[in-house]
Amino acid sequence: MRRTWFSPAPRLRRTAATALAGALALTALAACGTSSDTGSGDSKPGTGSSDPAAPLDPKTTVDLTIDCMPPAAKAAELKEWKQDVATFNKTYPNVHIVGRSTPGQCEEPPRFTAALKAKSQPDVFYTYFTDLQQVLDNNGAADISAYVTAASVPALNSIDPAVMGVYKKDGKMYGLPTSNYQMGIMINRKLFQRAGLDPDKPPATWDEVRADSRAIAGLGGGVYGYGEYSAENTGGWHFTAAMYSLGGDVVGADGKAAFNNATGKQLLQQLHDMRWSDRSMSPTQLLKWGDLQKQITADKLGMFLAAPDDIAYMVQQLGAKYENFGMGPIPGAKATLTGGNGYMIKQGSSPDKIKAAIAWLNFKNLSPGKGQFDWARTKADHLPVGVPQPNFFTGDVKATDLKARTDNATMPVANFAPYLGNPVPGKAEPPKAQEVYKVLDNAMSGVLTNEDADIAKLLSTAQTGVDQVLANQ
Amino acid sequence: MSASTLPARETALPPQGAERPGQPGRSGLTRALRRNLTAHGFLIGAVLCFAFFSWYPMVREFVLAFQKTKDGRTTWAGWSNLSYVFHDPAFWQAWRNTLLFTGLALVLGFVLPFLVAVLLNELRHGQGYLRLLVYLPVMLPPVASVLLFKYLYDPGYGLFNRIFDLFGLPAQQWLQSTDTAMVSVVIAATWMNMGSATLVYLAALQAIPGELYEAAELDGAGLLRKIWHVTVPQTRLVLSLMFLMQIIATMQVFTEPFLLTNGAGPEGSTTTVVYLIYQYAFNFNNYGGAAALGLCLLVLLAGFSAMYVRLSRDSDT
Repeated sequence: MRRTWFSPAPRLRRTAATALAGALALTALAACGTSSDTGSGDSKPGTGSSDPAAPLDPKTTVDLTIDCMPPAAKAAELKEWKQDVATFNKTYPNVHIVGRSTPGQCEEPPRFTAALKAKSQPDVFYTYFTDLQQVLDNNGAADISAYVTAASVPALNSIDPAVMGVYKKDGKMYGLPTSNYQMGIMINRKLFQRAGLDPDKPPATWDEVRADSRAIAGLGGGVYGYGEYSAENTGGWHFTAAMYSLGGDVVGADGKAAFNNATGKQLLQQLHDMRWSDRSMSPTQLLKWGDLQKQITADKLGMFLAAPDDIAYMVQQLGAKYENFGMGPIPGAKATLTGGNGYMIKQGSSPDKIKAAIAWLNFKNLSPGKGQFDWARTKADHLPVGVPQPNFFTGDVKATDLKARTDNATMPVANFAPYLGNPVPGKAEPPKAQEVYKVLDNAMSGVLTNEDADIAKLLSTAQTGVDQVLANQ
Repeated sequence: MSASTLPARETALPPQGAERPGQPGRSGLTRALRRNLTAHGFLIGAVLCFAFFSWYPMVREFVLAFQKTKDGRTTWAGWSNLSYVFHDPAFWQAWRNTLLFTGLALVLGFVLPFLVAVLLNELRHGQGYLRLLVYLPVMLPPVASVLLFKYLYDPGYGLFNRIFDLFGLPAQQWLQSTDTAMVSVVIAATWMNMGSATLVYLAALQAIPGELYEAAELDGAGLLRKIWHVTVPQTRLVLSLMFLMQIIATMQVFTEPFLLTNGAGPEGSTTTVVYLIYQYAFNFNNYGGAAALGLCLLVLLAGFSAMYVRLSRDSDT
């Protein structure tokens, strides 16, 4: 047979097939694998100074990947992000910002943990206040102490030192906070009014919570007064907040469980009574973060413990209206659980990259009147203004920011006056928080799903579990 | 095919160990590789994928089980990870729950598909239609099935309690009681997965020679005796393999309890071993603990897998 280009010789055909097979195999491997950015420096090496005190050299090109860019579904926030990048680039044209967005929350613990382990987090990555130890365990964040000064972050001295301290360990700074919260009680004003309660006076004690819950549940039609979590560690998280509110603790100064006492019993007994005696809590239990927000948005729930940013979630994601909600300080008000989030910079980043990252965070998140604090722009974009957070500034800066927020409010700020006007001392989460919460979930689900729950036994079992978790650190 | 009809290329092969003229020193292995170059090219791809995504993680898991990471430093931890998981109060509870799930899943998920297959096999009409119906749940995405059951089970507005109410029966807590949570999970899991098992049993039943049933009928055997004396012995091997596969699969259960009861259930009554591994790794960042617990599960399942391999080999011979 005549050989043409279209009918190669058997040997050639065999070689080509083998090469194709090999190429396919390698392509498959490459496609399946993840990019392993070591974060060792810039993609375009610069000539900047390694002196942390020296400003970023404008001749140095820096590529910066940043977490938590708003997804396309959040069109207004995304527009603001792009505006901010453009404004930032007027001062720093040498910094090329590549935003990374996620459809849901900026941090989902399983994804975050996996990214840390694979060292695939962006150069500037989003974290919760409780993440520091986990990040350090994975060698994930750069020490930025020498880079964060009054020159690089002008508002530095106006930020609450307690909040700044969240990202410090052994005298070193590993991140910058961008937002904080304190737990309070969220109420559905419409249901309060329907039940004959004053929506401007959220319950200030746990006895009042019980009474109001009973009144709201009396409306019937699947409406319940109070809601609580008991799954995916959120039950333990709320148990902790409620213990703090009563002056109790979850882990004592001696590093042992500190909730198996009269306060813990009082807390669980009240929940049990509200669920089974008053029937003012829903029979649908084992709820986790997000479930109660849906119920209150649908006007089926009167109250639950919450952080202020829940309101933004309920309005923006679930289509609720701001005026339907109000917030008061956590009932009991002895102390409340506090938390928040911020950004860290990937370990191994070059000095230029760290300087560029701090410059961006300063512009976007820590400058009154700019970025996230540009309340006039936020109002013009029909985004929420008036949610009582972030609130980490002190002194004159705080007063100025609060005034700008009130002047541009897109929601009835007065509904949150009880929360803002009655600050409760904040208290951080316990050590090994998630593992402790997992154990406490069982105590919460016990009283909320079992009418015959033995509260003393639930507390005692949880105490054993938490002590074992803490002993195994 | 007789030997005389074999292609000439096969019969003209040089004897083992002999070398082709002009190619001194070539080993038999090299020649074997050259002969099937394309096949080996594809094989390398598969082997690399397996090595990278299956075997390497297994080795890594074993190493991780004996390591600890603190402040960025990885150190040898000896048996401390295993000790940690043994001292976790959730450890024994998770094993009890997993064994309970496996036991219940065997009672329901093993027997029910077999009975359905026997019934389908006996049908004269509409077998294809009913086979599709039985298989339909398998085609649904697991999350959709679970959400459906979550709605059905809801104690407040769920369909099951509405039906109970119609008949004057008291409302049940289903997933929200320590007494019924695991059974409810098993029922949902069985509904979701029984289609595949039923088809396997059906295939095995249809391979049974009809003469055996005819002979049994001539001997006066009824339906039950036919099942006991013909069907069961003839499908013994498939039944044994499916039994072992069911144990191996159910001991790794994760999706159903994770989605139906957020992993833990009331008082941790649906926490399974694999969910605990997930929690260690991704919620607590304790990879050493996760690997150690994974190792415990691996050792147990390796025993069942060995039995499965042995039985499969028997079935091939």
